[in-house]
Amino acid sequence: MSLTSQAEAELATAPRVGIGPHLLSIADLGADGIAEVLRVAEAFAEVERRSIPKVPALRGKVVATLFFEESTRTRLSFETAAKRLSADVLSLAVASSSVKKGESLRDTVETIEAMGIDAVVLRHGSAGAPEQVARWVERAHVVNAGDGWHEHPTQALVDCFTVRQVLAEGAGVEPSALGMSCFEGLRVVIVGDVRHSRVARSEVLAYSALGAQVVLAGPASLMPASLEGWPVTLADDLDDVLGDADVVSLLRLQAERGSGSFVPSLREYTAGWGLTQDRVGRLGPHAIVTHPGPMVRGVEIASDVADLPSVVVTRQVTNGVAVRMAVLFLLLGAESALEGLGSTRV
Amino acid sequence: MSEAAPTVVIRGGSVVGTSGTARADVVVADGVVVALGEQLQVPRGAVVLEAGGCLVSPGLVDLHTHLRQPGHEEAETVESGTRAAALGGFSALVAMPNTDPPIDSAAVAEEVLALGKGRPCEVLVAGAITIGRRGEELAPLRELAALGVRLFTDDGSGVQSGAVMRRALEYARGLGVTLAQHCEDADLAAGGAMHDGEWSSRLGLPGIPAAAEEAMMARDLALVRQTGAPMHFLHVSTRGSVALLAAAKAEGLPVTAEVTPHHLALTHAAVCGYDPVFKVNPPLRTAEDTRALARALGQGTIDAIATDHAPHPPEAKDMPFDQAPAGMLGLETALSVSIRALEGVLSPEEVIGRMTAAPASIARVSVADRPAGSAQGGPLVVGAAGHVCVFDPDATWTVDAQRQASRSRNTPFAGTTLRGRVRHTLYAGFPVVIDAESQR
Repeated sequence: MSLTSQAEAELATAPRVGIGPHLLSIADLGADGIAEVLRVAEAFAEVERRSIPKVPALRGKVVATLFFEESTRTRLSFETAAKRLSADVLSLAVASSSVKKGESLRDTVETIEAMGIDAVVLRHGSAGAPEQVARWVERAHVVNAGDGWHEHPTQALVDCFTVRQVLAEGAGVEPSALGMSCFEGLRVVIVGDVRHSRVARSEVLAYSALGAQVVLAGPASLMPASLEGWPVTLADDLDDVLGDADVVSLLRLQAERGSGSFVPSLREYTAGWGLTQDRVGRLGPHAIVTHPGPMVRGVEIASDVADLPSVVVTRQVTNGVAVRMAVLFLLLGAESALEGLGSTRV
Repeated sequence: MSEAAPTVVIRGGSVVGTSGTARADVVVADGVVVALGEQLQVPRGAVVLEAGGCLVSPGLVDLHTHLRQPGHEEAETVESGTRAAALGGFSALVAMPNTDPPIDSAAVAEEVLALGKGRPCEVLVAGAITIGRRGEELAPLRELAALGVRLFTDDGSGVQSGAVMRRALEYARGLGVTLAQHCEDADLAAGGAMHDGEWSSRLGLPGIPAAAEEAMMARDLALVRQTGAPMHFLHVSTRGSVALLAAAKAEGLPVTAEVTPHHLALTHAAVCGYDPVFKVNPPLRTAEDTRALARALGQGTIDAIATDHAPHPPEAKDMPFDQAPAGMLGLETALSVSIRALEGVLSPEEVIGRMTAAPASIARVSVADRPAGSAQGGPLVVGAAGHVCVFDPDATWTVDAQRQASRSRNTPFAGTTLRGRVRHTLYAGFPVVIDAESQR
């Protein structure tokens, strides 16, 4: 097994910024931590393009995914990432576990930690659950894969990674050549149900930490009760801000969380804040549209618009694996992992 | 208490009186104060409790304690809760009726009253306003009043139906009792886990808006105006509620209100680490709210401090924040926390007044309601009941959740170093706490 020279060179460099022991919030990373995740993720993206996209970086480590909420892409993305790093994956299906028998979150976590796991990737419907779990574990690293309305840090990292990738292509250079300065002054418009969106909270922290100007647009009933301390501006009318936007981040209207009753009708929502065929014409030629998925075509985005090249949803999914590889790699002791890499060098 | 109360001399303290504080020894015999004065002779065989540098006051009265018995003995019992109360300087508490079964019948009220006999403080009982606290049919208020119940509340939730509340107020008017409301519009508060504002927005937790409290209070004030029945407002937590109360009192409506030490001392920022020990209902509010509450207490808009002591066992609090039950311990820290939170607004002596005479009057157990020898809330004069709190304002101590008398550990002040501590407590002449140690 061998790495391409660039990936090898990137990975063999000691991490410039330590991250961890946990990734609970984008605030745990700061601008330097985000830069480090993106740097390492570029190397893993390289690995992924190889015929056997697997490295022994986390051989012998055990990553447990503990999902208390339905998820397809995030869970698969984390499990694929862990496997490509040669970690063992322990996947706890909550529906068939003792959680259904009334076991508490704390007991569940302590039980799986007793099995010798190195990381818990946790998704939970309650905001703050990963932070509580981080207080309960003794040595495992905790990765927040989405907690209630609070945060979804790896999704925001994927979005930053994807935006830089598209900007680099536009400039005809490698993403790493762009550095992090490409985010400075970038105009990011986050549209929709910010109140109930963990993606929005992580994106606001990530983009603003990197120097972007973040604008929130959506019905006032779907904005948080207070924006005190948020480094954002508020737009009452989406059409006023689309023309200047470099990035438009569409959020899903979370009907299953009851946000349907926050607007009179889906039709009215779409008319005011959906990315319709008509509205997409207002976007600049280089604007990038992201969506954390799953998209609801016809509500937050018109079906034809969803298939335009400026809409990078599929790339976000692809990049999700490399970014989550980077997060797991950086958290789970990059040093011992690098030794593993060295020993398999051909 | 079958044995006779001993003779006790509380020596060298400053006695908090209605017209100021004066150095005096206090002699208590046969359960009543028999002498007050400087450097009194110590009677033969008397127990001497040193009180140098301490404030000697009537025993404190708590309008709002959850003893959890019957039904939730894993959280607290009458035995453990009254021990915690005595350690906090209380000689009386009002047990809230949201037990299981609730105190909505004479049988349950009698059970709790019987459990309260022979404890280190007096156990008063509040009855439910409605059967099962469901807010539908009235509980037997008259039958409960005949057992001595003077306060009624569905605390834990508010009576949602305005029509039911109106009937309850009308019915209560002739009984010499007071209805107390936990003001919370259930629709507005639905699903909320903390104050709806800056921190809930940042933390992604569903919020309980201030309006949930204020909307019900505004409705109830209109009903008080309509019916003329007296009403007490539990654990007032918002600036808007303070404004409503001030207007109601200016108008002359027969209303009283309480505030908790934690709503005076803590804000919603305490939730930043998602520790469910800071989950309480009503939720911790903003710094502007805490300031308004302190001012309102200083100006008399809010009458009393009450703990809302709400024990929950560790396993119940070791839950995700939005799933954990709301409530905090309060009895053992109430006086120290309140004095500190009210620095610059009220003197320690004035704080004590809000925890003695004022709540005793609301609970209808003061000297105006009872013979002096059994009244609660002072004043500490010859002939008064031997209920005494001796507070050392300079003692410092660190709150240890593991060492609380309560069966539960959910104090928000765990690890906090507090200045001022209850040193001795006398109940009916018995020294139930000596040097901060329970004697039972």
